[in-house]
Order: sequence, then structure tokens, then C-alpha cells
Amino acid sequence: MEGMTATVPRPSPARPALRALRDRVLRVAELVTTPVLPADYLDMFHPLRAGTDLRGRIEAVLPETPDAATIVIRPGADWQPHRPGQYVRIGIDVDGVRMWRAYSITSDLGRTDGCFTVTVKAIPDGRVSNHLVRRARPGTLVRLDQATGEFCLPEQRPAKALFVTAGSGITPVMGILRNHPELTDVVLVHSAPTADDVVFGAELRQMAAAGRIRLVEQHTDTAGMLDAAAIAALVPDLAERATWACGPVGMLEALEEHWAAAGMADRLYTERFRPTVLVTGEGGTVTFTENGTSLEADGATPILDAAEEAGVLMPSGCRMGICYGCVLPLREGAVRDLRTGEVTTAVPGDGVLVQTCISAAAGACHIDH
Amino acid sequence: MTVVQKKTDNPIAHLTADDVELLGKELDEIRQEVMDSRGESDARYIRRVIDVHRKIELGSRAVLLASGFPPAWVLGTIGLSVAKILENMEIGHNILHGQWDWMRDPKIHSTTWDWDMASPVEQWKHSHNELHHTYTNVIGKDNDLGYGIMRVDEDQPWTPMYLGQPLWSFINACFFEYGIAAYDLELGAVLAKKQTSDPEFRKRARAVLVKIGKQARKDYLVHPLLSGPNFFATLAANFTANIVRNLWSNSVILCGHFPEGVETFEKKSIEGETRGEWYLRQMLGSANISGSKAMHVLTGNLSHQIEHHLFPDLPSNRYAEIAPKIRDLFDRYGLNYHTAPLPRQVGSAWHKIIRLSLPNGWLQNTTARNLPSQLAKLWKMTTGEPKVRRRLIREQAALAAA
Repeated sequence: MEGMTATVPRPSPARPALRALRDRVLRVAELVTTPVLPADYLDMFHPLRAGTDLRGRIEAVLPETPDAATIVIRPGADWQPHRPGQYVRIGIDVDGVRMWRAYSITSDLGRTDGCFTVTVKAIPDGRVSNHLVRRARPGTLVRLDQATGEFCLPEQRPAKALFVTAGSGITPVMGILRNHPELTDVVLVHSAPTADDVVFGAELRQMAAAGRIRLVEQHTDTAGMLDAAAIAALVPDLAERATWACGPVGMLEALEEHWAAAGMADRLYTERFRPTVLVTGEGGTVTFTENGTSLEADGATPILDAAEEAGVLMPSGCRMGICYGCVLPLREGAVRDLRTGEVTTAVPGDGVLVQTCISAAAGACHIDH
Repeated sequence: MTVVQKKTDNPIAHLTADDVELLGKELDEIRQEVMDSRGESDARYIRRVIDVHRKIELGSRAVLLASGFPPAWVLGTIGLSVAKILENMEIGHNILHGQWDWMRDPKIHSTTWDWDMASPVEQWKHSHNELHHTYTNVIGKDNDLGYGIMRVDEDQPWTPMYLGQPLWSFINACFFEYGIAAYDLELGAVLAKKQTSDPEFRKRARAVLVKIGKQARKDYLVHPLLSGPNFFATLAANFTANIVRNLWSNSVILCGHFPEGVETFEKKSIEGETRGEWYLRQMLGSANISGSKAMHVLTGNLSHQIEHHLFPDLPSNRYAEIAPKIRDLFDRYGLNYHTAPLPRQVGSAWHKIIRLSLPNGWLQNTTARNLPSQLAKLWKMTTGEPKVRRRLIREQAALAAA
């Protein structure tokens, strides 16, 4: 699931004295490796070592449904155990381009092999999800952030829980169910197009057969979508349950409305798949995050020109798209390459470097400057 | 050589404005094809080159720890020279052009990369990417033409001072990285205008000194110290590798824009220049080197200087692929695709350096037979009364033109 929470690096597990020594040795070694860092050499031989950028190696890709797969990842030494329900940001090269996406962690914390898993559903036109499900190979190195997210159970476990999920919205919930056997009264209402499309279908049905959960499967191809009222009818003791919901924005909004109307808004926790869908239009508001300037730019004027006209001091070079003297990180939003019409988008957390001299706003965008 | 606009046989006279714009469109299409097909194999290529470079560098430096043993010295010095060449040319130059920015890998990006050169990357990117690539071969705008210290055109008046040009060109080639750093600093202009106390200049000069300090400390202090008793042998190996790298990169760069037959342009000719005209200037102002694949990699694919100047931000490993299309375009538009093997291009460039160090026409008029009299004339041109010198210079030029 996509989340908006910033990742706060947690302290490394290595003992501080040892770490300080290691850092000092590396600083000395830099005298002979400059201009690259000693770490760059060490990474060639041991990319998963402690003290370097957090990476992971894909160990296996296990099909779940025709369009979903579980990816087993061996994280680097600095990886911190996650809390069930959290997600991890993964940076993987797709067609040579580093792309970052967030996926819920689905594995059992008790795994002894040191790996964790994420489960990915290929969405239409999803470059990263399709790559992970269909083309990713064991051995591939990926970049990782530490696990983060607040879609977790509270310390005080609820006596009764309800999970409402749709599609790949099951993934954080699976992470919770696998790791919290102490939950005894659980209802799971899950929607998927058909029985075969239910990710973790066999395992969930087994849990239901064993009496661990009450499972309500809604196969939307034949039975249609569930609305909030139908869920209330299916789960008569709804008011007594703490509810976690994950799925498409429309579903979550409907649930939030219903729970708020019933005066139980504080009993509903939601996790969204993706931030607001980008609408790329002709021009938009350009915001420079560091100097705070905001300006309206039309879709035909380079951001560089528009910014300078608004009095922003911009880095600039050849002004024809060849020298890269003007590149700035696009943190969020979309810009259009005036030469090709190609649109570059960034979701929060990205820092896609764009050439402002040949890029026009294609919707609201936030640029670091 | 003389600026293309003043030539009697102007090589672009046969092209109409429409032709030039059509040419621009065709080039845009070639560029787009490559842009659309950039992908995993390109990314694998640059990562492999970086990996190979680091292993050669690491291996060579390790071997040089035993540099007191002559075969180790030779092997280590060759390895280190190759590593430094790879690092500067195929890796550093091209990453700093933004050729690999599309990978969005913060480790291989024009804004984060640093290289084993005296020039701080920001200064180099300005003088190279912005000035040289925008104003390629425009006299008075493109300082790469002679780096401000050479006579690069017959129209520049000759003075006896230029007799030293071959010598200082060679010295510049040996210490090329420092020459480039001074040039990126615009040191000559700053000294001439007595602006050395300008705080902006001082800041940049400090950055250069810090950069030089780091590189020199590595090559001439830390690595030799690590070699223990072989201190001086390792120091000499590093010095040699730097000279080899400097001579090599200087030669490659000379070949790019300086061989005979490469055109130069007048300052006013680029006022209101269209995209098509800009392309045309790049085509006429650059020269290629033909040769093996290894040679292409070691030149950082600047052996495809024409392709590089047309599309400075395309991944260097793709220049070879588009070269036949570009050559075909030259043929169809009746233009001269300037390419030759390395020795010939280097020879041609040095011939020009020597020719222009002498008064116009002097070299042309000189044969084995008349050498003594020509030398006597040159002596008079150098030491004679101003009036005599001017007359002799005029005579030589007229004789050559006849």
C-alpha cells in the first residue's frame, strides 16, 4: 500500500563504538579512494553489508494468482524488523530506470531465513507491479527504505476485529493475520473479481475452516460491489468491532462516510493504495518547496522561464535542453517535456530530476529549490 | 582554416533554409528513436564499465604496492593509466553530460558524480556543457578552440610569441587536467583583468585547490606511503599514469575539433540561429576517429564526436549505432563527414598547431631546398623592425595564396 508517512531512519543495530571505529576507518580509506567513497568499492563485493545504503536481494518470486506474486527479499544487515501491517518502499530498476513503490509486508515475523516478503498485484499499466510479478528474477538487487506505516494493531489488542479489504488491499491484513494469532474474534470481508483472484485465497479459506477467522468473500464479477450498508448487514456486531480497511479510494471513502455517520469514526483505520490520482492538464501551479514561491505556469512555458519571470533565482544553462545546468528535483506532480510532449510524473518521496528549461508544468507540481 | 562564412568554397552554400530545417527534423527523429529505446541493456552497460574501471583501479593500485619490482611497476602503471582514462572519458565525461540521468540512479547522475580530475565538476559542467557545447567552434565564444592560449585561425594576427605554440601545447597536453582547471576558472581572463581578489573567483579557485589537493594527496602521498619502501616507485607510477591519461584525453579532444578541415564560425553567424542551423554547425565543427571498439570505449566514445555534438545527452554506447544514419545524412545533404584513424587525426591537429604557430603561408612555402632562406626570413619576421616584419608577413601570405 502506498503511504504518506515519512521514513525516519532508526539507529543502526551495530554497537556505537564499533560503528564509530568503522566510520573512522572509512574516512581514512577515503584518502585513497577519492573521488569515490570506500563504500562504493565495498558495495561491489558486499552490497548487503551493515553501514551502507539499505538494499535487498530478491530471493524468489512465488506466484499467488494469475496476476499477483509474493516477492521474497533478503534485506541488508541494517534492516529493522517491521511491525505487521507496515509497508516498505522498494526502489527497483525497470527498463533501466530506478522506480520506487511502496508495498505492504506480508511475511511472518518468525521467519528464520532473515527474509521478508511483499505481495504484489500487477495493475493495468503498472510498470513496477508488472515488472515485479512477471519479470523480476531472483538475484536482483533492489533499494529499500526501512518499513514504515501506521496500519498496525494497537498494543491493547481489540477483543473483536473487522477487516474490510478489496483486491491487493488484503496484503497488509495478511501481514497482520499471520503475525497476530492472539486475535480470536476476527471477521474478514474481502472483495475480488472471482474466487481465483483472491490473493492468499487458499490460506484464508484454511484459516476460516480452522475457525480462526470468519471469512466473507465477495466475488464482484458475479455478485457486484459491496457497499457500506451491505457490510453492516453482513456483520451485525459492527459497532463492537475495531475496523481496519484497505482498498481502492472509493471504497475507503464510502466506509469513512458510513462510520462517521454512525458516530464510530474513531473505530475505523484505513490504508490507501495510492495518493490522489494525478490529473495532467495544460499547465498548473508550480511550488518551489525551499523558497516557498508558488506560481501559475501555462503548459507552453518552460518552468525555468515562468519561475524567472516570477522573480525566482533559478539555476540555468544552455536553455535548450542539452547542458543539464538547470535540473531540479521534482518532488510531486507532473511536467511535460516541451520537445516531445512526454510527461514525467513524481509521487511524494520521489526526486525525479527534470530539466526546467524544456519542461512545462503539466498539472500542479512541487520542485525542490 | 578560416571561419566558414569567409570561405570562398563555402561548404554549406548549396543548402537552402528549408534544407537545413529538414535536416534538423531528421536529426530530431534519430534522437527520439534512441531516447525511446533507452533501457535495461544501456543501464547494464554503464554499470559494467564502472565496475570494470573500479576493479582495474583497485587491482592496479594493489599491484603497485610492490612497485619496487619492475614488472609490477609496468603492469600497475599500465592498469592505472587505463583506469584513469576510462574514469575520465567513458564514465566521468559522459555522466557529467547527463547521459545517464534518465536512470534516476542517484549514484550515476550528473548532479552527484565526481571525478578524478583537477576540475571541480560544477565548473567543468559550466565551461564544457554550457559554453563549449552551445557555442561549438564559434570564434571568440568557444574557448575550447585553443583554450585561449593558442592561435587557432589564420585571421588571428601572427606575432613571434606564437612560435612557442607547439611547445606550450605539448606542455598543456602533459598537464592537461590542470590546464582544464585553469581554463574552467577563466584564470587567464581574471589575471588579465586583475580580478584575482574578486570573492566569487576566490571561492572557485579555492574549490579547484581543494580538488587538486585531494587528487594529489591520493596519488602522490597516500598511495606511495602505503607502498612502504616502494614510495618513490609508486609516486612515479601515479605521475606516469596521470601524464598518460592527460596526453590521451588531450589527443582525443584535439581530434574532436582541431584537425584540418573542421570548420569554425563567426560570432555574428549564430545570432538567431535555428535548431537546424545549430545542428549544422555541430556537424561541420566536429571530427570523428575511426577504429576498434576498444578505442571507442577509451575515447569515451568521443571518437563519435560528431554524434556526440549533435546529441550530447544520449548514452555514449549508442553513438556507434546511429553513426551510419548520421553518415548517410551527411551524404544526402552533400556535407563532409570528417573521420580518420587516430594517428592521422592527431597528426593533422598537430600539423595545424605548428602551421598556425608560424606566419600565414610560411609552412606552405617551405621545402627542403628553400629551408635556409625561409628560416632567415622567419628570423627577420621575428626580430626585424615592425615595418620589415609586416612586409614579410604580407609577402608570405600572398605567396601561399598564389
